[in-house]
Amino acid sequence: MPVIQVEHLVKRFGPITAVNDISFDVEEGSIFGFLGPNGAGKTTTISILCTLLSPTSGRAVVNGYDCRLEPQKVRKSIGIVFQDTTLDKDLTAYENLAFHAYIYGVKKSEVRRRAEDALSFVGLTDRKDDLVKRFSGGMKRRLEVARGLMHQPKVLFLDEPTLGLDPQSRSNLWEAIIELPEKHGMTVFMTTHYMEEAEVCGRLAIIDHGKIIARGSPEEMKGIIGGDVVYIKTRNNLKAKEEIKEALGMTAEEKDGELFLTVENAEASIPPLIRAIAETALSVRIERPTLNDVFLKLTGKEIRREEAGGADTIREEIRAWRRKH
Amino acid sequence: MIELNLELNAIYVIVARELKKFLREKSRFIASLARPLIWLFMVGAGLSRIVSPRAGMPYTQFIFPGILGMTILFSSIFSSISVIWDKEFGFLKEILVAPVSRSSIVIGKALSGTVVSFIQAAIILLFFPLLGMHLTLGQVMLALFISAAVAFSISAFGIVLASFYESYESFSVIMNFIIMPMFFLSGAMYPVRLLQTPLRVAASVNPLTYGIDAIKNALFTAGQGPMGPDFSLGLDIGVVLASSVLFVVLASRFFERRA
Ligand SMILES: Nc1ncnc2c1ncn2[C@@H]1O[C@H](COP(=O)(O)OP(=O)(O)OP(=O)(O)O)[C@@H](O)[C@H]1O
Ligand SMILES: [Mg+2]
Repeated sequence: MPVIQVEHLVKRFGPITAVNDISFDVEEGSIFGFLGPNGAGKTTTISILCTLLSPTSGRAVVNGYDCRLEPQKVRKSIGIVFQDTTLDKDLTAYENLAFHAYIYGVKKSEVRRRAEDALSFVGLTDRKDDLVKRFSGGMKRRLEVARGLMHQPKVLFLDEPTLGLDPQSRSNLWEAIIELPEKHGMTVFMTTHYMEEAEVCGRLAIIDHGKIIARGSPEEMKGIIGGDVVYIKTRNNLKAKEEIKEALGMTAEEKDGELFLTVENAEASIPPLIRAIAETALSVRIERPTLNDVFLKLTGKEIRREEAGGADTIREEIRAWRRKH
Repeated sequence: MIELNLELNAIYVIVARELKKFLREKSRFIASLARPLIWLFMVGAGLSRIVSPRAGMPYTQFIFPGILGMTILFSSIFSSISVIWDKEFGFLKEILVAPVSRSSIVIGKALSGTVVSFIQAAIILLFFPLLGMHLTLGQVMLALFISAAVAFSISAFGIVLASFYESYESFSVIMNFIIMPMFFLSGAMYPVRLLQTPLRVAASVNPLTYGIDAIKNALFTAGQGPMGPDFSLGLDIGVVLASSVLFVVLASRFFERRA
């Protein structure tokens, strides 16, 4: 039973149709990535799911409760980190967390411990008693994530959780977010502009102009591009071409002195390929389609590109995480 | 039972937040006491030179209930208007996605205004000996009780107002077109019965009129002629309580409404 079900959801603001008949499910305990260019309708969808907006038509169900008909039960099931900050800047970090805990009915005896755990979780323990107005943007963001976790919700909505974070904090936060489904059985619904983050999501949906234009796992998405590309440098391109044709029945093409061919699965194709051109091959290189390629192909826009440093650390996190699973 | 606990918790924490912020802003507190004192000892004292003492009591004594009403009016509205701040800075969303009923949110907000106003009104009330008034403990207690009730009603009214406005720029509109007329048409400065008919009608639909009149009933001893209270204490308190309920219900409605 999916923990989020969206059926033919439509939201209009006057003449603007922000969400235009979208449907999707999110499985319990998964990380679901919602991607799309600016103004695509991501935040609007989240606002409906977290009961702040009513849909114009269609249905949204969270944790078995209809968002329009049983908002109170939906609210009990969810936590959310909004795109724009919603902290009280005149309170301290601890007071913001405590307020949240009380209003969600966390037991009094639990509040302090949970707040301390949450603060250390996002690395803000030493700023516990500072007023939030003295926090940097990144610190506020981290505090908001900590706050969203205080009441241990079943579903956590994150609207661009890592926006404005430096690479270090971003990868720390990521490490934490990735563990949520396993450690706490939480389902994470998130929007992001970073493709490294999108890669880690179990399932993705790409929304543009209020419509979902693609859905699936990151691998399935990349399938849209049509496979991996293998580039081969050889001593003799002509000879290699013939050998490939003979052994694999495929025609390699030539570009900038290199041979290349598109294959469905590079790992499986390389051994026979190498065997066929063992004599002439100098080097082999694989290029996989990225989600950015997919995004670009579908929406005509790039997902925001990541600066090198940040991307590397995130990639490392993701690799480490993949190894564990 | 657990549900009720959750609602009470929410009310408590909303009030605690407001109070914490109020106590942190000492300058706001001092400024908010300065306004009524200026009115009492400058405007009141000045006007008392041209209002005949034969009218029944010195003018500074006459406007004392009005000044208490003013203290409550301003600080309650200020406190409730913070809902607009919360909208603008996003914190209202944090409150609105919480699993508590919208009425608890409104009651919590209204009680925040009540506590803050009550503290100020109680401090102003202590100035009575300087005005040459002689009050019994019973009168002071009654005036305090009434102040709390009026503060709640006006705070709830402030939340209704705040729910109409999106940004803090609207504050001056609220100030000039709602708060100032409410103050001047409340019997604070002059007895309602002496007003011309249109103004008298306006005053009689103003909840603050009854609040101030109730304080007059508590502080003035009987038989003070034209300067005395305009209505009976029962009617005054009835209107204050009924309007409180009305405003809480209205404000909850507005909070329940989703775009
Ligand atoms: N309250 C509103 N009133 C009118 N139009 C709105 C409102 N909220 C959103 N919109 C419009 O709906 C569309 C979708 O906005 P939304 O905020 O959902 O986009 P988004 O995908 O979250 O974009 P971003 O990546 O920039 O955050 C936009 O055209 C926006 O202008
Ligand atoms: Mg958005």
